[in-house]
Amino acid sequence: MKSILTTGRYLAVLCYVLFALFPLYWLLKIAITPEKLIYTQGTALWPSTLTFENFRQVLFYSDFLVYFRNSVYVSLGTAAITTVIAAAAGYAFSRFQFRGKTIVVILLLITQMFPLLMIIAPIYKIIAGLGLLNTLTSLIVVYTAFNIPFATFLMQSFFDGIPKDLDEAAMMDGCTRLQALRKVILPLTLPGLAATLGFIFTAAWSELLFALMLINSNASMTFPVGLLTFVSKFSVDWGQMMAAGVLALVPSCLFFIFIQRYLVKGLTAGAVKG
Amino acid sequence: MTNSDGLQLKRSNTSPPARSLRSSLIALAEPWIYLSPTLILIALVMLVPLIIGISYSFQAISLLNPFESGWIGLEHYRNLQDDAKFWKSLKNTAYWTIASVFLQFFLGLGLALLLNHGFHGRRLVQALVFLPWAVPTFLSALIWAWLFNPIIGPLPHWMAAMGILSEPYNILSDPDTALWGPIIANVWFGIPFFAITLLAALQSIPRDLYEAAAIDGASSWQCFVKITLPFLAPMIMITVMLRAIWVANFADLIFVMTGGGPANSTQILSTYIFTTAFRKLDFGYASAIAVVLLILLLMYAAVLLRMRQSLKLVEQ
Repeated sequence: MKSILTTGRYLAVLCYVLFALFPLYWLLKIAITPEKLIYTQGTALWPSTLTFENFRQVLFYSDFLVYFRNSVYVSLGTAAITTVIAAAAGYAFSRFQFRGKTIVVILLLITQMFPLLMIIAPIYKIIAGLGLLNTLTSLIVVYTAFNIPFATFLMQSFFDGIPKDLDEAAMMDGCTRLQALRKVILPLTLPGLAATLGFIFTAAWSELLFALMLINSNASMTFPVGLLTFVSKFSVDWGQMMAAGVLALVPSCLFFIFIQRYLVKGLTAGAVKG
Repeated sequence: MTNSDGLQLKRSNTSPPARSLRSSLIALAEPWIYLSPTLILIALVMLVPLIIGISYSFQAISLLNPFESGWIGLEHYRNLQDDAKFWKSLKNTAYWTIASVFLQFFLGLGLALLLNHGFHGRRLVQALVFLPWAVPTFLSALIWAWLFNPIIGPLPHWMAAMGILSEPYNILSDPDTALWGPIIANVWFGIPFFAITLLAALQSIPRDLYEAAAIDGASSWQCFVKITLPFLAPMIMITVMLRAIWVANFADLIFVMTGGGPANSTQILSTYIFTTAFRKLDFGYASAIAVVLLILLLMYAAVLLRMRQSLKLVEQ
C-alpha cells in the first residue's frame, strides 16, 4: 500500500514537471526545426534534422538585437531606479513608527489592485503632451511607478529580517543613522537588494500593453512589442518567431535561477503580484 | 515646580531647546523624506492619471475624431447599457476569473503538498515546476497559441486522438471553446504562484502537531483535514481573493492569444478596455468601461473585507 502511494506521488510529480516543461520544449523544438520540415514534421516530437539557421536569421537579419537592447535598457533602468526608491521606502516602513503610516501602506496596497489599464489612456495623453512618446525613458518612469509598491513591501520584509538592535548599537557607538545604514544594514541587505532587482527586471521585461501603447517606432520597440509586431507581420515564419521567443526567454530564465531562492519571500510579501 | 526642574535637568544634560526642537522636527520628517520619491512617483504616474481617467469617462475623447470632443455627461454609461459586447465581456470576465483561479489554486495546492513531502531531487523538481512563472506573459501567450495551432502544435492532434475534438482544429478559432485556450495558458502560468505561497504556509505549520497526531493513530487524510486545512485556511482565503482581482485585470494572455475574438467570445473587460483604447483610440469609452470595472472590483473588495471581519469574529 505504502509503495503504491509513493509511486503515485512520483507519477504526480512527473506530470507536473512535464506540464511545466512541455511548452518550453516545444518552443525550442520548432526553433531548431529546418523551415522545409515544419509542415511535414511540425507536430512530430523531434525533427529528423536540426538547424540553427533560424537563430542566425533572427540575430543578424532582423531588428531583434535592437529590441533586445531596448528591453535590456528599460528593464535594467527600471530595476535599478525602483530598487533604490523602494529600498528607501521599505527602510522607512521597517524602522520608523509614524503618523500616517497605515494610510500610506493602504495606498500602496490599493495601487497593487486597481486595474492598471484604467490609466492607459491618460498616461498616453500625458506622455504625448510631454513629447515623450516613443522614448524608452517614458517606459522606465511608468514601469518604476507600477513596480514600486511591490518592491517596497519586499524590501521592508528584508529590512524586518535584520534585527533593530544592530543599527541601534551602531548609533549608540556614535554612528549617525546614515553611517549605520551604510556600514551595518546595507551589507546585510545586499541579497535582498539583488532579489528585488531580479523581480523587477523580470516584471519590466514582460510588460506588453503599455509598451504597445507608448511605442510604435521600430527603433525604440521593446522585445514584447517587437515580437508581437513580427508575429503579426510574418505569421508563417514559425521557426524564426520561435527562435526569437527562445531569445526572449534567456534573460528571464537567468534571473529566475538567480532569484529562485527568494521566490517564497517575494511572492508572499507581494501576495498579489503575478 | 517639578516640571521646570525636569526641564532644567534636560537642558543642562543635552542640547539647547532650539536645537532639540529642530532635531525632533527632523526626526518627525525623516520617514517622510525616505518615502517622498515613492509618494511623488505614485501620485504623478498613478493617482493623477486615475483622476484624469475618471474625468475622461464623462467626455467624448477619441483620437480619431479630434473635433468632436467635450463633456457629454453620462452618455458613455448609457451606451454601455445597450452594448452587447460589454455584457458579453462582463460574463466572460467572471467565467475567465473563476475557472482560472479555481484550477490554478487546486493544481497549485496539489503541487505544494507534493513538494512539502520531501523526496529525491526535490530542489531540482521545484526549480523546474516553478519555471513557467519566470516566462514573460507575452511569450507564454504566444507559446500556447502555437501549441493550439494544428500546423505546428501537437495539442489539436492529441485531443482529436483522445476523442475530445472531432478533428484536429484550432480551439482558439471556435467561439465555443476559444476561452479555454487562454484559461489553460493562465493555469500553466499561475500554478507556481499558488504552489509557492502555499508551500511557504505549509512549512510554517509546527511539525510536532503531525507527530502528536501520528502517535494518536491519525491517518494522513485525517491529518490533512484536521491540521493542514485549518492552518492554511486564512492564507488560502486571502491569496485566492487577491489573486482573483489580479486575474480579472490580467489582459495580456487573451489579448495576444485571441485579441478578444472570435466574435468576442474571449473578450473580458480588461481586454475590451485595451482594444477600445489601443485599436479604436476611443479614450472616453475605454475609460467608462474601466470605471465600471473599478467599481465592480471595489464592490468585490468590500464584500471581501466584510467576510474577513465576520470570519475573525467567528474565530474569536
